[in-house]
Amino acid sequence: MSLIDPQDTLPPARSPLSEAWEMFRGNTAAMFALIVLGLIMLCAIFGPWIYPTDPFDMVWAPFSPPGVDGFLLGTDYLGRDLLAALIHGSRVSIVIGLAAASVSIVIGVTVGALAGFYRGWVEELLMRITEFFQVLPTLLFSMVIVALFGASLPMITLAIGVVSWTAVARVTRSEFLRIRELEYVMASRASGATNSKLMFRVILPNALPPIIVQAALMVGSAILFEAGLSFLGLTDPNVVSWGQVIGSNRQYILDASYTVTIPGLAIFVTVLCISLVGDGLNDALNPKLRSR
Amino acid sequence: MQVLQSFAIRAGYAVILLVAVLVLNFSMMHLAPGDVADTISQSMGGADQELLDQIRADYGLDQPFYIQLGRYIGGVLQFDLGFSFFYNQPVTELILQRLPATLLLVITAQLLALFIGVIMGVVSARKPNGILSHFVTFLALFGYAAPVFWTGILLLIAFSLKVQWFPVAGMQDVTIEGGFWAHFVDVARHMVLPVITLGSLFLALYSRLARATMMETLGSDFVRTAKAKGLSTNQVVYKHALKNSLSPVITLAGLQFSAVISGAVLVEAVFSWPGLGTLAFQSIIARDTPTILGILFFSALVVIVGNLLTDLALRLVDPRVGGKG
Amino acid sequence: MALLSVKNLRIEIKTRAGVAPVIDDLSFDLEAGESLSFVGESGCGKSMTALALMGLLPEGVGSVAAGSITFDGEELTTATETRLREIRGNDISMIFQEPMTSLNPLYTIGEQIAEVLRAHQNLSRKAAWNQAIELLDAVRIPNAKARVNDYPFQMSGGQRQRVMIAIALACQPKILIADEPTTALDVTVQAQIFDLLQDMRRQTGSSIILITHDMGAVAEMAERMIVMYAGRKAELGPVEDVIAHPRHPYTAGLISCVPHILSTLTEEREELVEVPGIVPALNDFGKDSCLFASRCQQAQAQCLEARPPEIEFGPEHQSACWRAQEL
Repeated sequence: MSLIDPQDTLPPARSPLSEAWEMFRGNTAAMFALIVLGLIMLCAIFGPWIYPTDPFDMVWAPFSPPGVDGFLLGTDYLGRDLLAALIHGSRVSIVIGLAAASVSIVIGVTVGALAGFYRGWVEELLMRITEFFQVLPTLLFSMVIVALFGASLPMITLAIGVVSWTAVARVTRSEFLRIRELEYVMASRASGATNSKLMFRVILPNALPPIIVQAALMVGSAILFEAGLSFLGLTDPNVVSWGQVIGSNRQYILDASYTVTIPGLAIFVTVLCISLVGDGLNDALNPKLRSR
Repeated sequence: MQVLQSFAIRAGYAVILLVAVLVLNFSMMHLAPGDVADTISQSMGGADQELLDQIRADYGLDQPFYIQLGRYIGGVLQFDLGFSFFYNQPVTELILQRLPATLLLVITAQLLALFIGVIMGVVSARKPNGILSHFVTFLALFGYAAPVFWTGILLLIAFSLKVQWFPVAGMQDVTIEGGFWAHFVDVARHMVLPVITLGSLFLALYSRLARATMMETLGSDFVRTAKAKGLSTNQVVYKHALKNSLSPVITLAGLQFSAVISGAVLVEAVFSWPGLGTLAFQSIIARDTPTILGILFFSALVVIVGNLLTDLALRLVDPRVGGKG
Repeated sequence: MALLSVKNLRIEIKTRAGVAPVIDDLSFDLEAGESLSFVGESGCGKSMTALALMGLLPEGVGSVAAGSITFDGEELTTATETRLREIRGNDISMIFQEPMTSLNPLYTIGEQIAEVLRAHQNLSRKAAWNQAIELLDAVRIPNAKARVNDYPFQMSGGQRQRVMIAIALACQPKILIADEPTTALDVTVQAQIFDLLQDMRRQTGSSIILITHDMGAVAEMAERMIVMYAGRKAELGPVEDVIAHPRHPYTAGLISCVPHILSTLTEEREELVEVPGIVPALNDFGKDSCLFASRCQQAQAQCLEARPPEIEFGPEHQSACWRAQEL
């Protein structure tokens, strides 16, 4: 029962990318989130030069509330400048968020693509491995890795990436399973394209939209994951990060709740914006879902 | 019969999965720099080579890797997870003391989130532009973006410090006297904030999915058939549509067990909840290898049992799962 | 008095472009025990008519804007939801196009049949269940007693459509609406389902409204037919009269698409023709002109200027075409 004739819903033909961008731009929340994210990125890149106060220096009396004594966000339990901690900490959150998400996307896409493309025992084996990683209690496992092998940023990145790729693998696999049966893939196969060409040049580009959306969400999850680890103190002690500020100040919430609420707000806003951008991407890249 | 058989296959597979988890964990511990003997000697304030060798011989650490692994797995099969020198207690005993607190927290939060999430999903799906529907959208965004430990601390500040409705930490007040009900109320009061913190995370996920699947189901052909039969709105919504929307939500809930445990570790840290998460944190800091291994094993066990229960629930809801089809 | 009487019915749906009349000024009568067929391409408003009769137009999208539907002397367009629920499945019931998805996958077919009996006939669980078995037997599902416990996924498409028919006929309705009941089925199964519908109609005396795009099915099943085009009635009349002498170019086109209505195999057959072009877009639906004109080989200036009136040919036969007399 089709109520709407396809003719009056068909937009004029444009390139898919510009169409997606058009769609995305129409999404006020996603555009706003993108701008905020841009500002956070700028702050992470240039902030430490513009505001060079060392976040580990004791610059003033402890627990000086925000706005008083010339410290915009106040000082923490050791009299360290909270604004400096936020600005310098944004680097760790964003770098680890991006790097860990990349690790999990590379693993996930590889596993998912191989499973979806080759089917048979390859798929069986890879999906069992995926299932195995889904059973691991992710945070505990990463805590152990970081505690045993050293709390350096690369190790933290690896510890997060290694346990979070399963969702990407599942999405990639189901897209590959769907696309590999489509006519144009059959056609390339019939015209003698090699497996690697089929996988990476023919199928992967068409499987990208949901993977991109998943990747955006991965970055958000990785930032939260890092924040959790550093909240528990499992982080590089020489580098300040948002979660770590919350973790080290949380005994003093009675005296100075802002030392916990403000860094938490920073994480919240960053991840919220990533998720809004992800939603926007989802709508823009997935025309079938637009009517929902 | 067929259902039982295919379920048995899954259960058998779960055991293999569990052994794989054991092997991975044990190998990882083995690869890490330092061993139990080093940790013990550190806690004793240093030891000479002779004593170190002695300790290694006592713990069987001088044996080849595969023998140690074999011994460990053999032990686990007899419910022996080794001995914690840090707590001076067998690990199994230690974990079984802490497990109930975590299970109480995790199961309450999961079930509440599932139950409330489905109800919210159904009600908001029937009024896609209603207040509750907007609240579900808001909660979904908030639940995803807010770090769980931060939510916990915010609740703690608001409801334990500003207005002192709920206790700040722990699971029970040791000074409480009285019978079962007095303790029950006491534990319930301690549970409120941790359960809300952990549950809201998953409530966000479930209510959003429940709303989406419910909206889809309400537009499906068999719901139209049910309406064409002249059934009451309640029957159409709760008998026909709701049951069909349950499967995706249950499946999602099953996939969350690992995330629930991760969340519980953080929530336990915030509220000083005396469960596995707190124990895990302490033993990781203390490098108490047998306890760490034991906890990893038990959390994998909880996830796997959770998955099996999910599987069973799906079979109960949907005749197509695991049957002839 | 006719069992069902539809007068000047107008159904509007909301689209992004605005409001479009998917049913525009439709009138017809249905007598008790009669079989009436709606014919037309997809998107012509056949299914909308059916849903309107059931009071099941998609909420917030479609609504009755004008006109009346009278069933057994009772106005349906203004009836309360409670009253409509009493009628649905009991006095007027419906079977749908997609047997694969029209049954609830999570309940046994027995439950799905018994449920409608419990809702309308106050039967006990046990009595309803036993009657469900009888109904399954009546729609020729072999071994009904065992299969009543089956779930839809354990049945073929044809069997599921039989179950749908059992549900629809459970309360012996006065009207059965069959919306493309065989479109999704294999050709051999189609014939069986039509046979079943004919038999059931003889047994229960229900009127049937058959919605289809298959002229063959119309010739086989119906006494009268209505040809719909773009939400408007193009032609109405007894099936034999219309097929023998279509008074609307669109009807003529539809008939010439089907080989076996006019000729037997031994005769030399006319060339099959397709009706060129496509149904106009929704936002053109309300225009004051003949909507078929753009596809019509007989079109002239007048057709584009005003909507053609319904011209009567004898008491039963009407056509909405400016040139109907000449055809």
